[in-house]
Parts: sequence; C-alpha cells; structure tokens
Amino acid sequence: MLKLDNINAAYGDLQALWDVSFQVNEGELVALVGPNGAGKTTTLRIISGLLRPISGHIEFDGRPLERHAAHKTVELGISQVLEGGKVFTTMSVQENLELGAFIGRARQVKDETLKRVYKIFPRLEERKTQRAGTLSGGERQMLAIGRALMSKPRLLLLDEPSFGLAPILVEQMFEMIKEINQQGVTVLLVEQNVRAALELTHRAYVLENGRIVGQGTGSDLLSFESIRSAYLGECDA
Amino acid sequence: MLETLAQNLVFGILMGALYGLAAVGLSLVFGVTKFLNVAHGELLMLGGYASFWLFTLWSVDPFVSLPAAIVFLLVLGAIFYKLLFARMVKLNEGEKIQTTLLIGFGLSLILQNLALRFWTADTRSITTWYSGAVFAFAGVRFPLVRVASMVIAFVVVVALQLFLQRTYTGKALRATVENWEAATLMGIDIQRVYLLSFVIGAAMAGVAGALVSVGYSIEPTMGMSWTLKSLVVMVLGGLGSITGTFVGGILLGLTESATGFFLSLTYKEVVGLVLFILILIFKPQGLFGAKEG
Repeated sequence: MLKLDNINAAYGDLQALWDVSFQVNEGELVALVGPNGAGKTTTLRIISGLLRPISGHIEFDGRPLERHAAHKTVELGISQVLEGGKVFTTMSVQENLELGAFIGRARQVKDETLKRVYKIFPRLEERKTQRAGTLSGGERQMLAIGRALMSKPRLLLLDEPSFGLAPILVEQMFEMIKEINQQGVTVLLVEQNVRAALELTHRAYVLENGRIVGQGTGSDLLSFESIRSAYLGECDA
Repeated sequence: MLETLAQNLVFGILMGALYGLAAVGLSLVFGVTKFLNVAHGELLMLGGYASFWLFTLWSVDPFVSLPAAIVFLLVLGAIFYKLLFARMVKLNEGEKIQTTLLIGFGLSLILQNLALRFWTADTRSITTWYSGAVFAFAGVRFPLVRVASMVIAFVVVVALQLFLQRTYTGKALRATVENWEAATLMGIDIQRVYLLSFVIGAAMAGVAGALVSVGYSIEPTMGMSWTLKSLVVMVLGGLGSITGTFVGGILLGLTESATGFFLSLTYKEVVGLVLFILILIFKPQGLFGAKEG
C-alpha cells in the first residue's frame, strides 16, 4: 500500500534521513520506533508531503507521492496526526472534527463519520461544545486522532500518540488505536515508547540516526538483544 | 460647552467606525498571512477614488457604487498578491514581516505617485443631494451620510465575523492562523487561504475608502495616515479579535476628538501614536486580544 524506496531528506544542510526504505501493507499496524532525533517525524512529514525528499521514491497504491502537494495528500486517503495533536484550540471539539472532514468526499458523509468517531471516543462527544483549548493532554490527542479519522483515511499516520500521557492513558490510547486498525484503517505509528509499540503492532522498523537499522515482527524485535539493551533498559549482566 | 464636547465625541465615534473598518482589514491580512501590508492605506485611497470617479463621471450614487468599489479592490488585491506577495509565503515569520513591509512601502509610493500624476493633488469629496442632511438629537448634530457610513462599517465587520465563525471556508482560515501544518493536513490549500484573506482585506479597505470619499474627503497622499491609524487600532484592539479591533477604531476616534477638544487639533495625530506606544509597553496583547496559549 505504502512503499518508501531509498528516501533521503534534509532540513537545509542537515541531512535527516539516509536511504530509508520500508513498506506498509493494507490493513497492517506498523510501528516506526527509535530514539529522539532518529528521523521518525521526518519520515512521516515526507509521506504526508510537508517535506520534500531530496531523492528517492514514495508510492501509495502504486502512485508516486514525492511531488505531491501536501494539502492534496489527504484526498488520496492518507491522514497524519502531528506530534502533540495540534488541535485548533480556539474552536470547539465538534468544529475541530468538522474541519477534519474538509475535503469534498469526506464532507458529504460528515455526520455519519462523526457518529463513528464519537463511538470510538465517547469522551469527545461529552465535550463536543467545549473549546479544544480547555481539553486535557489525553483528550487533545483523542481529538487529533478523531479529526484525522474524519477524512475517512485508509492510512493513518500517528506521531507519538502516547507522548505526555499518564501510563494508564497510554494503555487506553493503544487500545483505541488497535480498534481503529481493526475497523480497517492501516496505521503507521511512530513511537518512543518502544515496548508498548512493539507489543501492539504487527511489524516494526527501527530507525536510528536517520537510517533503518532493524525490522521484524513486534515479538521478534522485543527479544532482539540490542533493542532490549538500547531501548528497554534491560541487559543480561 | 457640554454640547460642543458631545458633538466632538459623536464625530469621533463616527470617524472611529471607519478607522475600525480599515483596521479590521489590515488585521485580518496580518493575522492570517503575517504580511504587513503598509500599502493598505493606498488601497483605501483607491477605493475612495473609485467611488469618486463613478460619481463624478457617471453620477453613480456612492452608496450604490459600493459593490463596484469592492469588486475593484478584490481584483486589485488579487493582482498585487499574485505579483508581489505570493512568493513571500515560504519565508519564516520575521523575514515575512520585514520583506512585505518593504514591498508594501514601495507599492504605496508607486500608487501615491500614480494618483498624484493622474488625479492631481487636489482634495476631493463627493457631494450628493443628501450630503447636507443632518438630524439633531439633544442639540447634537448627526450627519446622515456619516451615520450611514458607520452602519455600513458595522455591517461589514459583523458579516466578516459571521463568515469566520460559521462557514467552512471561514473556519479553514482560522485553522490556518492557528497551525498551518495541521490545516494543510486537513486538505486546506494555504496559498488559497492567504490569497482569500488578502483580497478580503483589500476589499474592506476599498469600502472604507469609498465611505471616506462621501462623508469626508480624499487625496492621493492620504494613505500613509490611514495605514498608521490602522496599525494603531490593530495593536489597540489586539490581534485575532475582530470586534475588539472595531471597538479599538472607535476608541481611537474618540481619543482623537477628545484631544482636539481639550488640547488642540494639532495634537490629534500625535495622540494616536502615543496611545500606540503606551499599549505596546503596558498591554502588548491589546485591549481585547487573547493571551498566548
């Protein structure tokens, strides 16, 4: 469904991604894990078109994406949730969700999708008239994901959905992501919370210093020696 | 004595509504695009001349020709945007403000001098059959034309407010102000949002100018003063608050007329700028502006 092939990317003179290649298949829940500054967010920005690669190819459903304008990406069925959610704080919860259905085909079925999103996140329905700026961190994250779902994406890109959440909320959040995936939305998840991400997902890629350094099923990687010592703070002393 | 004061304040409010209208236009453009278009006053001047020539050459009533002035400025705004401002979109905020300030300044000099060349430096105004109409209340006179202008200014500002609050496009505009990346990911074309807000700002300047040409007078060099007043009001009202900015305009009008009454008309222009500095020092978010975060 999504295929990145030897992507190189840079911010000015600073190269952030080196020959990054990976793919996500229809229906999968895939994680991209790695430490801070590894290039995870950059990879998502490349996919959604917010950043242009300097070389390499991206394909979505066989269509090239690398020259695609960022505001048209969502029409293809790709929806990205930015780190921290970036909800529109001066607008109500419902207005935020309605803006998620900005594109034509999503706007037509807006009310129906809204019901579905409220079903996944009942908390949002309770607070629908409230200004998004008054929400807690966890609620904002739910709103951001809900807003992304309003465009009826086939591929959902999530950037650190667990960031800043209490452990109990992280668990709930991951349950919701799983539910979304089971409803047929392919998910590419970027996480620093490596263990939780690996337990949740079908497959994962490990990104380090802008390069893919490992890949495999979640359970494979969890038992992988270097991953354990580097990210999970365990070592066989 | 008291009647003279009341009269002065009424004139101040009537004038202030036009300051408010002009400033809301500038503030919208600045808020959305971070373009500081200092040629805003010249756009207002062009709106005034559009209305003046339509009346002088074809005797079209200035209130009837308002839509024409709006369309004229929408088109001009789009041309200026595409020609001069569109390529500034990619700059970061600081560079954007500096660069557009220079572009706007150049544009304002060009427009001013073209107006001087073709229309002479004469002060002009529109005199219709109803221009002298006045109704009095408790000894205070209300010129009909200026009251009508204030009503129109108010209606335009309310219409803008409703557009921003209620329509999908208006919400897209507000979303862009808050976070353009998130807005882009919703499928909102930022370039179009910028263009839209720029032409709406230009059209509002056009309406203000047309109203000035009928209630007051216009001349080719009037733009700078209107840009300055709009800036003062924008800061006074606080960015991001449409109604706050409009009220700020009325406050500036009131302050000016009170200064004219208590001190001297000579200080009328200065007092706005003093206000500008005081606000920046003591309440930089403006009287009605939202605090950060």
